[in-house]
Amino acid sequence: MQGNGNEELKKKQFLSAQVDLSKFNSAQFEAATDEEKKQQDVMGESTTFFKDGMRRLRKNPLAMASIIILLLIIVTIIVAPHIVPYKYYEIISVDGVRDKSASNLAPFTYSKLETQYMKKTGEKLFPHILGTDSLSRDYFIRVIYGTRVSLSVGIVASVMVLMIGLLYGSIAGYFGGRIDLIMMRIVDIIYSLPDMLIIILLSVVLNQTLAPFIAGTVLESLGTNMISIFIVFGLLYWVSMARLIRGQILTIKNNEYVLAARCIGTKNGRILRRHILPNCLSVIIITTALQVPSAIFTESYLSFLGLGVSAPLTSLGSLANDARAGMQSYPHRLIVPAVTICLIVLALNLLGDGLRDAFDSKLN
Amino acid sequence: MVKYTIKRIILAIVSILIVSAITFFVMNIIPGGPFNKEKATSAEAQRVLEERYNLDKPLGQQYVLYMNNLIHGDWGISLHSGRDIWGEISSRFKVSARLGGMAAVVAIIIGLILGSVAALTRNKWPDRLIVFLTTLGTAMPSFILATLLLLVFCLKLGWVPVWSSSKPNYVLPIIALSLYPMAYITRLTKTSMLDALNQDYIRTARAKGVPAWKVIFKHALRNALIPVVTYIGPMVAYILTGSMVVENIFTIGGLGSSFVTSITNRDYTMIMATTIFLAILMVVANLLTDIAYKLIDPRITFE
Repeated sequence: MQGNGNEELKKKQFLSAQVDLSKFNSAQFEAATDEEKKQQDVMGESTTFFKDGMRRLRKNPLAMASIIILLLIIVTIIVAPHIVPYKYYEIISVDGVRDKSASNLAPFTYSKLETQYMKKTGEKLFPHILGTDSLSRDYFIRVIYGTRVSLSVGIVASVMVLMIGLLYGSIAGYFGGRIDLIMMRIVDIIYSLPDMLIIILLSVVLNQTLAPFIAGTVLESLGTNMISIFIVFGLLYWVSMARLIRGQILTIKNNEYVLAARCIGTKNGRILRRHILPNCLSVIIITTALQVPSAIFTESYLSFLGLGVSAPLTSLGSLANDARAGMQSYPHRLIVPAVTICLIVLALNLLGDGLRDAFDSKLN
Repeated sequence: MVKYTIKRIILAIVSILIVSAITFFVMNIIPGGPFNKEKATSAEAQRVLEERYNLDKPLGQQYVLYMNNLIHGDWGISLHSGRDIWGEISSRFKVSARLGGMAAVVAIIIGLILGSVAALTRNKWPDRLIVFLTTLGTAMPSFILATLLLLVFCLKLGWVPVWSSSKPNYVLPIIALSLYPMAYITRLTKTSMLDALNQDYIRTARAKGVPAWKVIFKHALRNALIPVVTYIGPMVAYILTGSMVVENIFTIGGLGSSFVTSITNRDYTMIMATTIFLAILMVVANLLTDIAYKLIDPRITFE
């Protein structure tokens, strides 16, 4: 086809301004590939807010190290219970017989019965990586479950704080006026209450009163203390989140795009969801990330006071508290949960700081 | 200013009332009255006791009577020991106040020094070291620090004697209580000091030849102190709650450890009284902090 076309064109007048196409070949008229087009671009690839933040986060070695540590901890607490054949509530038994000699074992040692059993059958028993506690329970698996409990308390409590604070703060901030005034007075009052005292008080009371209500439900295994921790978080800890979100919304709602949206008759809920909340996302993420360690702190503190999760379930705080009794003879039982709490809190704090540096554009 | 102060005082009173009301009514939810012991009391004795402590009256009236008694210094008696609660609280609080006061002073002084050093040597090794230490300090709950200190320095190394009320040694409890506020104050001072050092008045002072130490102490540090003042209220709350576990660990007979003991003993009247007492302390500390903040920084406008 192309060849024929060229033949025809050649027959035209020689003075004609028509380009002599015989000098060109078809390859030179091919559309530029995407790659070639890109070479002409002066600007770099456009990034989204999220990508940009992630790029900055990846450059922060402390935050990356924290992510790796947290991932390692999370993988360990998920995988370990499937590998270790002991249960956190289980008293070590050999061949179906309860092993009375297996209490207070040092790390990586076996009890008398276990050694006999291994000699007799030639079978290798799974080692007690951190020894056993005074009730002959494998300590390693208890630490794993303690970490699970502490981490999940932190995360669930933070999500709760986020939900309540988000709802309350955005309503107060968006509607403003008298609604805002009344809602913020309530926040002021809750904010000025000494939260730790009320937590302790409520834990004491809820311990006594909740038990009959949750008997027989799934909640029972959590124990009253755990539920009272959540109740207390839900009642008291959301106020700073609510304040923060309200402040954000107050500044954002005066932007032109919100006015524009309102002009075309967008409904309040949609303006909140589509225009305002996405713009305070960074603050929300950062505050939630920093809320997790503080919740873990509170939980371990309460556990340490003896107001933590109910036995046989355990948390890092209760493990540390239990270990105090024999701390001179078995210091590792204190140090392991203590170091784990510090490590988790430290990693979450550093990650939160890293997120703030990466996502809060006002700080850059 | 007067308007703000009055508003703040009203808020403080409201929150104290709320705390006391929560404490009072919540404690009443617990099944079993204070005189329901395992040994059955005769109906007549029960009635006399209830009359004596106004337990036969409706709950709302009981609350008013309880608050009235509190104001007049009658905090009731401990269910566990049978002793007068106010005497117990005041004698134990002396110990806690001494310990907490020292911890607060240590935290403020060292925090200010470290924060200023970090700000002045920004991005050099002293700054990095201080940032590292404060990050560690904020990640360590006071009860863990206290237990580890006790384990290492008291029990293993034997450098510090175990606490006894006749020969008190405050070093370890103070470290355990003050580390977190100290780390926090260091951070605060560093940020506000860096902020102050970038201000025009610092440049002016330097330009007219004011000696470097005078610029730092008179111009920069003074202004950097303002945010630190705001932290005093929360610090009091932190030290008071922290003292509960720290005193318990070091077996110091202060208010904190007695609070923990009363929790374990389910000594409800004692829990109630101590909560209200500590709550009043915290609320008042916050109130004073807020007012002091407005007083020392004239730039802050009153709503």
